[in-house]
Amino acid sequence: MQISLQTYRPALLKFQSLIALLILCLTIGLLSDKFFTVANGWNVLRQISVNVCISVGMTLVVLTAGIDLSVGSVLALSGAIAAGLLRNGIELPASNLYIGFTVFGAIVAGLLTGSVLGWFNGWAITRFKLPPFVATLAMLTIARGLTMLWTEGFPITGLGDSFTFLGTGWLLGIPLPVWISGGIVLVVVLLMDQTRFGRYVYAIGGSESAARLSGVNINRIKMLVYTMAGGLAAVGGLLVTSRLDSAQPNAGTSYELDSIAAVVIGGTSLSGGRGSILGTVQGAVIIGVLNNGLVLLNVSPFWQQVVKGIVILLAVIIDKSSSRND
Amino acid sequence: MLRAENITKRFAGVTALENVCLEFQAGKVNAVIGENGAGKSTLMKILSGVYPDYEGRILYKGKTVRFSSPREAQDGGIAIIHQELNLIPYLSITENVFLGRELTTSWGTLDKKAMRARTQQLLDRLKLAVSPDTLVAELKVGQQQVVEIAKALLIDSEVIIMDEPTSAISESEVEVLFSIIADLKKSNKTIVYISHKLDELFKMADRFVVLRDGKSIESGEIRGMTHDDIIRKMVGREVQTIRRQTRIENIKPLLTVKDLCLKHPVRTQENLLKNISFHVDRGEIVGIFGLMGAGRTELLETLFGLHPKRSHGTVFLDERKLTVRKPADAIDAGLALVPEDRKKDGLVLGLDVRTNISLTNLKSLEQSGFLNKTKEIALAKKYVADLKIKTSSEKQLAQNLSGGNQQKIVLSKWLATHPKLLMLDEPTRGIDVNAKNEIYKLILQLAGEGMGILVVSSELPEIMAISDRILVMSEGSLTSELSVDASEDEILKAAIPQTI
Repeated sequence: MQISLQTYRPALLKFQSLIALLILCLTIGLLSDKFFTVANGWNVLRQISVNVCISVGMTLVVLTAGIDLSVGSVLALSGAIAAGLLRNGIELPASNLYIGFTVFGAIVAGLLTGSVLGWFNGWAITRFKLPPFVATLAMLTIARGLTMLWTEGFPITGLGDSFTFLGTGWLLGIPLPVWISGGIVLVVVLLMDQTRFGRYVYAIGGSESAARLSGVNINRIKMLVYTMAGGLAAVGGLLVTSRLDSAQPNAGTSYELDSIAAVVIGGTSLSGGRGSILGTVQGAVIIGVLNNGLVLLNVSPFWQQVVKGIVILLAVIIDKSSSRND
Repeated sequence: MLRAENITKRFAGVTALENVCLEFQAGKVNAVIGENGAGKSTLMKILSGVYPDYEGRILYKGKTVRFSSPREAQDGGIAIIHQELNLIPYLSITENVFLGRELTTSWGTLDKKAMRARTQQLLDRLKLAVSPDTLVAELKVGQQQVVEIAKALLIDSEVIIMDEPTSAISESEVEVLFSIIADLKKSNKTIVYISHKLDELFKMADRFVVLRDGKSIESGEIRGMTHDDIIRKMVGREVQTIRRQTRIENIKPLLTVKDLCLKHPVRTQENLLKNISFHVDRGEIVGIFGLMGAGRTELLETLFGLHPKRSHGTVFLDERKLTVRKPADAIDAGLALVPEDRKKDGLVLGLDVRTNISLTNLKSLEQSGFLNKTKEIALAKKYVADLKIKTSSEKQLAQNLSGGNQQKIVLSKWLATHPKLLMLDEPTRGIDVNAKNEIYKLILQLAGEGMGILVVSSELPEIMAISDRILVMSEGSLTSELSVDASEDEILKAAIPQTI
C-alpha cells in the first residue's frame, strides 16, 4: 500500500485538479444543455483570461513562498494609466507641451506601470526584509489610492476601436485575450521548466538557505518574480480596460483572492517550492467553469460565493492530505 | 535520589545509550561529563520525560518511575533547564513562570495578584532584582535562566537538571548562577549539572559521572581528581586509522587565512572569531576540532561569504587575494561548502536528485538561455554512479533518501563545481557506519587528486582518522595546531575553554 501510494502520488498530484475539472464539467453538462456549446466554451476562456494572466504571476510569487496581495490594485492603476494617456495624453502646463499617446504607447506605459509597482514590492521585500504579506498589502492601498487620484474617481471611457480590439477582438477564430493569456502561459511554462530562473524559483521556495549556499542570488530572483507579477497584473488591467472600453477606478477589487484561489486549487503549496503554472491554469479554469455553470444553472450570486469558498477548502484539504506522508 | 539502572536507548539502528547506570544524590551538585555525542543529552531527555521509550529502569525516591511526557516528569519533581531556554519572549516573568499552571480566582478568571506575589517571592529568593511584570525579552540571558530556575522552584522540583547553563552567559552572571546553585544545594535539592567546562566542575560539583560513547564509565567524588584524570576518562578509547600512509610533503599553500574576525550579530563588541590565521595546502586534509560553540561552523560560513558585513581579515586562494561578498563569489573562486544541516541548508528536499545535483552548476548546463536537460541528466547519472548513491532513479525526491545518500547528493552538487577547496561541516553526522566509511574514502581520494580539504567535526575519532593536520578551536580562537600524531588528551585539552 505504502509503495503504491509513493509510486502514484506524483501522478495523482499532477492530475488532481484536472480530474476535479472533468467531474465538474460533466456535472454541469448534465444539468444544463447550454454548457457544452462552442460559444459558451470561448466565453468561459475569455472570461478567465484576465485571471490566468494575474495567476501566472501569482504562482511565481507563491512558489518562492511569498504572496502578492497588490495585483488587483496594480491591475486597476495600469489600466487607468494606459486609458488616461490614450485619451488625454500628458499636458505639461509649464512649457505648454502636450504629449499624445498612440495605442501602442499607452499599452507600453500600462505595462511599465505594473512592472514598476511590482519591482517596488520586490525591493521593499528584499531590501528591508519585509514579509511579502505586509509589503504587498501596503501596495494594495497605495496603488488603489493612486488610481483614484489619476482617475479623480471617474471612469475613463471612449478609448477607440483599435484599443478595445485587444479585449474584444478575434484572431483566427479565437478571442484575442485567449491568445494573449495562452501566449503568456506558454512563455512562463518554458521559463519555469527550461531555464535557470525557473530552477532558482523552485529552489528558493523549497529551501532559501540551501539556495543561497548554492550561490543563487536570492534577492535578484525575488525582485524579478515580483516585477513579473506586477507586469502580468498590468496585462490583466489592459485586457479588462479594453474589454469594457473603460478604466474603472475600482476595477480589479479582490482579484488577488481569485488568483490566490486559482494558485491553491492548482496544487501549488503556499509554503513554496512545489506547484506549477499549468496547475494554476487548471485552477483558473475550474473557477471559471464553476462561475459559468452556476450562472447557467441560475444559482443565486450569493450561493456562488459560498460554493467557491467550499471548493477552495476542499482543494487545500486534498492537497494537505496528499503531501502529509512526506 | 535519582538512580538509573541499565538504561539503553536506540535510534533507528544507532545505540545512543548502552547499559547506563548512575546515581544522583540529593543536596549535591552532580556533574555529567562527556564529549559531544557521548549521550549526555539523550540521558537527560530520558530523565525529563522527553523520550518515554527506553530499556532499563529509573528509580526516583526509591520507586520505579517511567515518565511519559515532560509535564509528568515536572509534576513528579524533575525539572530541566535546557541550553536553549524555553521562555516566551513577549510575556512577562510572572506569565512565563505560571505558564500552563495559572492560578484562577473562584470566578474562573486569572488570579493575577496571587501569581505576581508568588513570582516576586521566587525572584527575591533567587535575588533577581527586576519587577515580575518585566517582559522576558527585556532580560539578559543570565536573567532569563534565573526565570527558568524560578519556574522549576514554583513546582517544587526536587531534581533540577541544567544543560550547559553557562554556555551563553557572561562571567558575572556565572557568579550569580553559582551562588543560586549553592543555595539550592543547601535546601537539599538535587542538582544535575552538564558542562564540558572542567574548571567550572572543579569549582561547583561534588560528584561526577563520565559518559563515553553512550556508556557510563566511572562515577565518584570530584575531590581528589585532577583535570588530566577527568580528560583521560572522557577519552580513553583506541583510535581507528583510515589515515593515508603516503602524502606529498611541502607543496605550496592553497588557502591562506590571516586575522579573520567575525563579530557577534547582536553583541557587536564581542567576536565569534578572533584573529584566525591558518593555511591549507593543496592535497592536504586539515581537520578543525572544537566543542559546541567554538566557532567552527562560523569559520566555514565566513570563508564562504555568508557574513560579509560582520567579518574582516585576508584570505588568499592560490596566491590570489579573495574578496568574497556572497556564496556565488566563493563558488566562482573555487570554494565549496557541505553544510552542517544537510536537510535545511544542503538540499532542497522537495526537489529531485538531479535538480539538487545540478543546482550549483546550472550556468554550465545552459545553451542560449535554455537548460540542456540531456547534459543535466548525464551529470546527475555520473555522480549517482561515481558516489554509489542508492536511489531508484535521478528523478527520486531528495527527501525520500537515507541520510548517507542525501549527504552524497550534497557532495555531488559541490564536486560538480570542481572546487579547489572543499569545506565539510560535520560530514558524517547522523550517517550509518558504511556510508561514513565511503565518505572518508572519497575525502581521501579527493585529497589525493590535489583538492584541499577542510573538515570540521566534533567527533575526535573522525578528525584523528582522516586529517593530515589538526587545528583546535575554542571560544572563537585557534588554540592549537597539532600534528596527526597528537594524543586525544592533547587535542581535548586545547578544545576545553579556559575562561569561566
